[in-house]
Amino acid sequence: MSTSLAIETKNLGRIYKLRGSKKETRKELVALQDVNLTVERGELFGLLGPNGAGKTTLIKVLTTLLSPTSGWARVAGADVHAEPELVRPRINMVSGGESSGYGLLTVRENLWMFSQFYGVPSKEANERIEALLEMVGLKDRMNTKSSDLSTGLRQKMNIVRGFLTDPEVLFLDEPTLGLDVGAMRDVRRFILDWLRADKERTLLLTTHYMAEADELCDRVAIINKGRVLACDTPTALKQRLQKDVMFEIETSPLNGLTMQMMEEQPEVKKAALTDIEGGARLTLSLVEESALARVFNLFAQKDIKVMNLNKRQPTLEDVFVDLVGRSMAEEESNGSGE
Amino acid sequence: MQTTTSWRSFRMAAWLGWLIESNWTDPFLFAVYSIVKPLSGAAILVIMYGIISGGNFNTPLFPYIYLGNAFYIYVGAVMTGVSWAVVDDREHYKTLKYMYIAPIYIPVYLLGRGVARFITGSIAVFITIIAGVLFLKVPLHFEEINWGLFFVTLILGVVMLALLGLLLAGITLTVARHEGFIGEATAGALYIFSGAVFPLDVLPAWIRPIGYFMPTTYWLELLRRSLVGNVAQAFPTLANFSNMELLGILLGLSIFFGVVSIWVFRWCDARARELGLIDRTTNY
Ligand SMILES: Nc1ncnc2c1ncn2[C@@H]1O[C@H](COP(=O)(O)OP(=O)(O)OP(=O)(O)O)[C@@H](O)[C@H]1O
Ligand SMILES: [Mg+2]
Repeated sequence: MSTSLAIETKNLGRIYKLRGSKKETRKELVALQDVNLTVERGELFGLLGPNGAGKTTLIKVLTTLLSPTSGWARVAGADVHAEPELVRPRINMVSGGESSGYGLLTVRENLWMFSQFYGVPSKEANERIEALLEMVGLKDRMNTKSSDLSTGLRQKMNIVRGFLTDPEVLFLDEPTLGLDVGAMRDVRRFILDWLRADKERTLLLTTHYMAEADELCDRVAIINKGRVLACDTPTALKQRLQKDVMFEIETSPLNGLTMQMMEEQPEVKKAALTDIEGGARLTLSLVEESALARVFNLFAQKDIKVMNLNKRQPTLEDVFVDLVGRSMAEEESNGSGE
Repeated sequence: MQTTTSWRSFRMAAWLGWLIESNWTDPFLFAVYSIVKPLSGAAILVIMYGIISGGNFNTPLFPYIYLGNAFYIYVGAVMTGVSWAVVDDREHYKTLKYMYIAPIYIPVYLLGRGVARFITGSIAVFITIIAGVLFLKVPLHFEEINWGLFFVTLILGVVMLALLGLLLAGITLTVARHEGFIGEATAGALYIFSGAVFPLDVLPAWIRPIGYFMPTTYWLELLRRSLVGNVAQAFPTLANFSNMELLGILLGLSIFFGVVSIWVFRWCDARARELGLIDRTTNY
């Protein structure tokens, strides 16, 4: 086994046994299936997928909170299930979108306590706390009881808690969920700065913001329904689609036109739909630009008006559509989510 | 076990527990609460006793009940305190998962969380006993107290209660709902079966063995004997045992329950990881 790997999983699987009402037979839910991933030290690795894809489940397994039901995983060189005590000193984790922490302690006390659990010398801990709070713009609230912070600020405190112990491998589960645009940008920049400061540091983050994955990550694994569908650099993932021509069209309501009808047109490879106010946004991937004429013909038949038309470069969203057959928004509204 | 890790877990948990326990915006309220609550508990018992006995406070039964009840405060404080930390961290503060992935020993952490309750519990016990001596003539004579026996018993008992708390904490980890109830229910059951406020002889013969199996039974008996030796002789339950024999039984049962607790906790801990319960919240 190579020690240069920060994370390694082999045929990792996790099944939840669901308990319904008493007499109902027990159902099983496959949250992860045959996940094989390797993350090098120094990488910023992203897990991208819709709600219910299994991202949080994977993080829980990797952070020793949840046992796998099949396969194995190693983090920082140790098996997460068999040797959690070797993994724990080397990792940390932050989940976004929740407000954890001891509300009756101040921001500084909360953070200091966690640093002490990791054995960081008290003086050094205090210096780090001040520096990190400064970086996320929370320093002036250092002596505020954390119950008096807004949800977003408490999330920032939680993010600082993750970085404070200087982990070898840091797991961030949707770190920017629920933050405003400015805070989101701050956090992303902070993540990059932290990672660049030491090339041994590894960071795995989950997100369902395509742009976030694209902008931040060295490599991205696209995950849906517990399976890893593709894993590569954002550029390489997008290059797979480079040969296609991508259009984004905003139209009036679709009057019964379905994506299936679109895809039945010759040379229309994929059509994905996002509902927008007063109409729809279609993302089309065409084999030839000329196929656009057929699309417009369809619009004419259904009396659909085109409001806006853009030719564009493929994004990770398009990669997702290409792999799954539907947009992430569609995937989330069609069941499988929580 | 590395001592530095254990010490770190224990020390910080005790610090945190103390801040949570003493989190009263008004220190005056905190003091009143710590005094009034145990005293009112004792008062209810005294009134009930007074009615039933026709106001006869001079029998050995009265100090038996009064002291049993006073020391029983430790059961609610320490045992329930340790297991309650699981509910608190998981449901309330949502920090249990972060504690879990930290390089600490979770059992030691939970024991540490019980320290604050031990301190406030001790104050309550002390005040209750003093009140009994001053106002109700509980026959406690300073020069007759067997201090050695008292402190050995007290410390052994508190450790035993903390370990029982760990057992409950383990069960709490794996229980899906109403987990707050477990500690209270166990404390309530022990109250009846440990001869806290009436001698075991009062119970039907077939139930008594439960009491004989509980370390708390011997613990309370020894505490009473160390403080008011004459009381113990009045009841046949454990009269045939010498202090040393009782201490031996208490030690044996404490070790037994301690080992069982640690074993149960490990098992529950592994099970909680299998079921994904460590960060589960019920969202009532
Ligand atoms: N404790 C649990 N018991 C049963 N099923 C669970 C449990 N936790 C998660 N699941 C299910 O497992 C699947 C994967 O969930 P997971 O939380 O890993 O998804 P996710 O990718 O993190 O989604 P999101 O973007 O919504 O956070 C979902 O279908 C979810 O309902
Ligand atoms: Mg999730």
